[in-house]
Amino acid sequence: MITKEDVEHIGWLARIEINEQETVEYMEKLNSVLEYFGQLDELPTEDVAPTYHVAEVYNVFREDVAEECLPQEVVLANTEHKQDGAFRVPKIG
Amino acid sequence: MAKWMSVAQVKEKIKESSAEEVTARYLEVIGKSKTNGYVTVSDKALEQAKKIDAEGHEGPLAGVPIAIKDNISVVGLPNSCGSKILEGYVPPFNAHVIEKLLAAGAVILGKTNMDEFAMGSSTETSYFGPTANPWDLERVPGGSSGGSAAVVAAGEAPFALGSDTGGSVRCPAAFCGVVGLKPTYGAVSRYGVVAYANSLEQVGPLANNVEDIAVLMDVIAGYDRRDSTSIDSKTEYQKALVNDVQGLKIGVPKEFFGEGIHPDVEKAVRGAIHKYESLGATWEEVSMPNIKYALASYYIIAMSEASSNLARFDGTRYGFRANAENWHAMVSKTRAEGFGTEVKRRILLGTYALSAGYHDKYYLKALKVRTLVKQDFDKALSKVDLLMAPTMPNPAFKIGEKIEDPLTLYLSDVNTCPINLAGVPSISVPCGFTDGLPIGLQIMGKPFDESTVLRAAYTFEQNTDHHTKRPPEVE
Repeated sequence: MITKEDVEHIGWLARIEINEQETVEYMEKLNSVLEYFGQLDELPTEDVAPTYHVAEVYNVFREDVAEECLPQEVVLANTEHKQDGAFRVPKIG
Repeated sequence: MAKWMSVAQVKEKIKESSAEEVTARYLEVIGKSKTNGYVTVSDKALEQAKKIDAEGHEGPLAGVPIAIKDNISVVGLPNSCGSKILEGYVPPFNAHVIEKLLAAGAVILGKTNMDEFAMGSSTETSYFGPTANPWDLERVPGGSSGGSAAVVAAGEAPFALGSDTGGSVRCPAAFCGVVGLKPTYGAVSRYGVVAYANSLEQVGPLANNVEDIAVLMDVIAGYDRRDSTSIDSKTEYQKALVNDVQGLKIGVPKEFFGEGIHPDVEKAVRGAIHKYESLGATWEEVSMPNIKYALASYYIIAMSEASSNLARFDGTRYGFRANAENWHAMVSKTRAEGFGTEVKRRILLGTYALSAGYHDKYYLKALKVRTLVKQDFDKALSKVDLLMAPTMPNPAFKIGEKIEDPLTLYLSDVNTCPINLAGVPSISVPCGFTDGLPIGLQIMGKPFDESTVLRAAYTFEQNTDHHTKRPPEVE
């Protein structure tokens, strides 16, 4: 069972601000989904290997050649928050 | 000009008149839309069509209009993923599939509505409001490519691109009475498609008939070095369109006809399987015992991948940014205000499933179950050529009916998400109606054997008329 404190902690890990009322709502909805996920416990999987990906491709390499990248003005075109060719953000901490 | 046309008819019309006239006609239909299927109508579509007329483009889709789901990047058109957090974001590059479409001469009509970040089965969670099902405007079109399916069903585009992570092309295809294909994982490049759960999702076409699906696949499929999971299967999709299923072996997995299936859905799908029998195919019941665990496994994997993929949306470089005094508060507030409830719920669950102490219980367990589900498919498909089942257990439900209860909504993906875990190809074709609402038949095949899937779908279509029915709401 996820507690209110758990929801606050996950919110912090996920960098999503959650207010007091939302904490309770999330707690209820997340618990009902986690309870459903619990059905997997009945399936024995000790000797089963995990499948991360179904595509049968391994070690996809390319030559280490420098290529054209997006010009700086194009990279910055989607924000108003910029200064001297960089993204401007509030101070850290 | 007829409202609903196949791609072949559109091409004929372009020859008779012009690409400009055809595009203008579609824009006129879009202008009267009742579906809210588009979130952006391209102001460059007519210009693009005129250019094709002037330059005499020889490509396979010269002048043919197409609608694009709003999570596929098109230079110059906003790419919102149905989310406030990407408000105002315009991609500086085209997705691989868009490059291919433009090279083939296609005209992009606009971007279609979707569940926020492709998370949903109803297209109700979009920041731009829900899309309506053209068969009944009070009902959902299915999701998350609901906009793409609705505009095809409503005659607002001859065909469209969607993306399918757990059924997001096939579900709205079934609910809107159109054809939708989820190709084999790796057959179509995901470069330029905003990632939600990248080990599961594939770009897929939606159209009014199987032939148009094949036409589109011949354009968009193929190897792309910018997607490390891309595989060149060398399939020639249009060549698969043969009206013949003699000797084909069909498996009917009993687990796909589970509790809660609507009786008319079961009747229509079983009727379709008997139709195949009358056309010379054989069928047998097969069992896939781990399918009942697929849904839980799918959601754990999808949410875990989503929590990682969506970490990039922090308000720093593009889209919405909330005001705050320091960086940490800015990111937390931006994500709190920019993401909708369902997206936040999935990020939180995914974060939890990956967090210290729970990784093995949820994420690793889900990956192991994925192996068992894949083995079920391998085993079943070693005995038969194709598997057939209902796409959705029920017809389209009412807008607002399930949105408050996430688990109920998740359960609607029960027949589609196992396919994404296994990575096999699967198509939904119209196979009947209940109370005026379409029903979809799902046809699943072996990896990279789209040819057999398309051949079966095409043969069904040539011998039935379900795909010719049009919704009354928009006529």
